[in-house]
Amino acid sequence: MPTNDVKLLGAPASQYVNRVQFALNLKSIDYEFIPQNMREKSELLLKSNPVHKNIPVLLHGDKPICDSLVIVQYIDEFWFDGPSILPSDPYDRAIARFWAAYIDDKWIPFFKELTTAKDEESKTALVEKILEGLKFFEDVFVKASKGKCFFGGETIGFLDIVLGCYLGWLKAWGIQLDVNFLDEAKTPALVGWAESFSSDKAIHGIIPETEELFRILQIILARAADAASK
Amino acid sequence: MEEAGGVKLFGFWVSPFAQRVKWALKLKGIQYEYIEEDKYNKSPLLLKLNPVYGKVPVLVHNGKPISESIIILEYIDAVWKQAPLLPQDPYERAQAHFWAKFAEEKVRQSVVEAMCSSGDEKQKAVKLAVEAFEEFEKELKRRGTKFFGGETIGFVDIVAGCISYQLPVHEEVGSIKILDSSKFPGISEWIRNFLNHPLINEGLPQKDQMFAYYSKRSKEIAYQKMSHKTV
Repeated sequence: MPTNDVKLLGAPASQYVNRVQFALNLKSIDYEFIPQNMREKSELLLKSNPVHKNIPVLLHGDKPICDSLVIVQYIDEFWFDGPSILPSDPYDRAIARFWAAYIDDKWIPFFKELTTAKDEESKTALVEKILEGLKFFEDVFVKASKGKCFFGGETIGFLDIVLGCYLGWLKAWGIQLDVNFLDEAKTPALVGWAESFSSDKAIHGIIPETEELFRILQIILARAADAASK
Repeated sequence: MEEAGGVKLFGFWVSPFAQRVKWALKLKGIQYEYIEEDKYNKSPLLLKLNPVYGKVPVLVHNGKPISESIIILEYIDAVWKQAPLLPQDPYERAQAHFWAKFAEEKVRQSVVEAMCSSGDEKQKAVKLAVEAFEEFEKELKRRGTKFFGGETIGFVDIVAGCISYQLPVHEEVGSIKILDSSKFPGISEWIRNFLNHPLINEGLPQKDQMFAYYSKRSKEIAYQKMSHKTV
């Protein structure tokens, strides 16, 4: 039974929810996971996140905190005696936040655009943009990790969580498009990082298996095609 | 007052994003060197300092560049502790981050969207903007303070603050009406209090110059949207 009254409203396949789970695990915080059906939103979800009506929502006591990046930072600040998630240096923090914003505002949306891309030309253009992003991340990783395993250095940090949550979906999309997104020849450091990140005990077992994500991706694509034909 | 030695701000006269950073620096009494960039003719230096987006604002502190206005504000607050912009309490900070993001993505962006679009899209955009304003009005009322930051200007006020002096221009350019003062008394009062602060009101762009700029910019954005559609 959780002792510090922490609840997480989410869905197991949501990369944004997974971020919060990583953060809670890194700080060794017990929590109750309350799965949400996004096609039939619960009273609790609507009451806890009336503005966006979205997951994840962290409930700490009676206080709701929304938005995955806000929640992760909250967890880091409230449980400050656990291992640090955000860098301590303000400049390094700014760089981590910059790339987190790029991932959420530009990079992940490329995949969303892929679900509704109508022709091969637009799909190819989006794949190019995704690969360009991965090259950025390779450079950022090399600079930030300083030879260690993670963006956060010796321990998992903010950018590891923000990018790492998408590794499962990246594999599922790779199968869908027959593209090897994490290519040893093009982004060797990221390939190593993905391995280190996925096998870490705070991370392992949170992201669903690729087969499951691929199955969900088929449903998403079918729904998008359906909506487009109406 | 801080020494000018280490702080440079690359901006553009009408950029609401650069304005956020100017406000933060002024409120904290930080001296800085301002470099005006031309949006339509960017310097090689700017493109080097912000290779991913090539945009202003960029803050350079001790030779290191930081981009993205909200991220710059967080950096400034972390480095210079006087006149804090963010609260100390982790929950209150989370609320500030949440509402700052809302102010940028749902409030400011929806107004620009409504300004630049036409027909059905415009109607939809205005509806979204009004809904965003309603949420903002509700939150202000719930807090019951002069500013989002309390009795003094804080993080959310600075991020949302661009609407205080740009909204009337966007409304005029786009022939839209969003801020009905009878419907949004809280926001109207907040705008008055915000603009009343001498450091906030100082050096804001002229209304007629903003009108000319956004008239042109609005057509540019509409054209860009249309050409993406044909690809």
